[in-house]
Amino acid sequence: MFLTETETVSRQSDKLTVKNEVQLPILRVQHLNVFAAQNHILKDVNLEIPRNKVTVLLGPSGCGKTTLLKCINKLTDLYRELRVSGRIFIESEDILHTSTNIPSIRQKMGLLSQRPFPLPVSIYKNVSYGLKLKGIRDKKLIDFSVEKHLREVGLWEEVKHRLNAPATSLSIGQQQRLCLARGLAVKPSIILADEPTSALDPISSKIIENLFRDLKKHYTIILVTHVLRQAIRLADHVIFMYDGEIIEQGSPEELFGNPQTDKLRAYLVDGN
Amino acid sequence: MRRIKILEEKFFVILSAFMTYSLIAVLGFIILVIFVKGYSALDWDMVLKTPKGGYYYGGEGGVLNAIVGSVYIAFGATLIAIFIGMPAALYINVQLVRYKRTQNTIRYFLDALWGIPSIVYGAFGFALMLFFGMNASLLAGIITVALLISPIMVRTFDEVLSTIPKGLHEASLALGSTRTETAFKVMFKQGFPGFITAVLLSFGRGIGDAASVLFTAGYTDRVPTNLDEPAATLPLAIFFQLGSPIPEVRDRAFASSIILTVIILIISLTARYLSKRYSKTNLK
Repeated sequence: MFLTETETVSRQSDKLTVKNEVQLPILRVQHLNVFAAQNHILKDVNLEIPRNKVTVLLGPSGCGKTTLLKCINKLTDLYRELRVSGRIFIESEDILHTSTNIPSIRQKMGLLSQRPFPLPVSIYKNVSYGLKLKGIRDKKLIDFSVEKHLREVGLWEEVKHRLNAPATSLSIGQQQRLCLARGLAVKPSIILADEPTSALDPISSKIIENLFRDLKKHYTIILVTHVLRQAIRLADHVIFMYDGEIIEQGSPEELFGNPQTDKLRAYLVDGN
Repeated sequence: MRRIKILEEKFFVILSAFMTYSLIAVLGFIILVIFVKGYSALDWDMVLKTPKGGYYYGGEGGVLNAIVGSVYIAFGATLIAIFIGMPAALYINVQLVRYKRTQNTIRYFLDALWGIPSIVYGAFGFALMLFFGMNASLLAGIITVALLISPIMVRTFDEVLSTIPKGLHEASLALGSTRTETAFKVMFKQGFPGFITAVLLSFGRGIGDAASVLFTAGYTDRVPTNLDEPAATLPLAIFFQLGSPIPEVRDRAFASSIILTVIILIISLTARYLSKRYSKTNLK
């Protein structure tokens, strides 16, 4: 098949934009510092999160991983003692210094916490909650979206006959998937997962891990974990933190295969 | 050594069990006395009729005036207290979540208000009434009782809201809710059983209190039909009848106590049913 010259050029430019979009980091953190009273929790954190990849934040407990996640979706606002400075760019917007309202910034990210916190309503309403906040009232559209996102997390077949049952009647693993579906329904581009499998049994954990592998086609996933094996299984990009600082970041091959610092080396040995 | 430990264990188990059951026994005894003493005087006339001439000397009639007055005052005051208490408790737990010190100061003041004796509220309500040139009336009674029970409403609901895990709060915000949406759609829903308890406690306190309505609601033998008319209340009806030298009238005081107890029981059971029914969806 022959292409005209203009077609060739346009195809090439299409490819270029696609390539650019893939390569451009979705989230950039620059000189982020967080203080709490006397403690310096995050120390001059600089990082870039690649689009449509699983980025794993790795590090021992108390190293500031969760605080970093909370800065990214501005939940630090709930803690008066935290003083945050620096810049966090999502796409090109600095969310720490912006006039955009906070709820719409938070809707760019889905949050999955250590244990599931289903809203005190039915399974259906948990997923439709975010849609209604966005002002969507069309029942058919909401039905469609609820089904789509419950299917996306592999929960539809398990719950389709009891959508009006309380969300708390589900097992804890199912609840965590419901929380994921609820987050996806708001159409975020990033999923923030803070040790999402730490309260789950091995089978449920595996389901969540498999979901992340599928979901990264459409979403960027930032996963906090201190399970080293999980990091090795899932990571496309790894950030190793220690005592509020980023010690190393890069591809898993680089970090796990050839750690540059003693801290990471020690962590890899102890973690195994 | 082991023997001592076993003895110590036995002693405290028996002691605590004894205290628990003796408390229940005392409550049972109170109810028994009220029923035994009041049963003979209790008939449909007591519930369905207002006092006729000579009622307080053993004549015909009942305490319908006081039943209706008490229910009006307690419902009115509880309604006002809900409108004050629900937003206040949500405000403390959602909007003030960053300001621990302010939260605690507010809680301290509310606890102090809770502790003020009801006669002081009565005196305050009376002063307020005079200031506005009002007479002792249903409205003045409702306002005074509302002031009395609002701190109870806020603190009881607040206690429950403060135990809601922060993760649920964060989950709601992370989905893009504003603070107000989080307060009403998530926190209120999750704290609903606590809200019911708060309403129940406030209502019970409101309907049972005599001192706050003594000067503010007044007393009348008629069923109030208007907010500026005085209103009788059951606690005061009990008080007046119990002071009578005539034995039949004193028995009617106990019959009135039965009526008051039954009203509180009905409210309590309804509240429990509602709270159970609506808390199925709640995070455990």
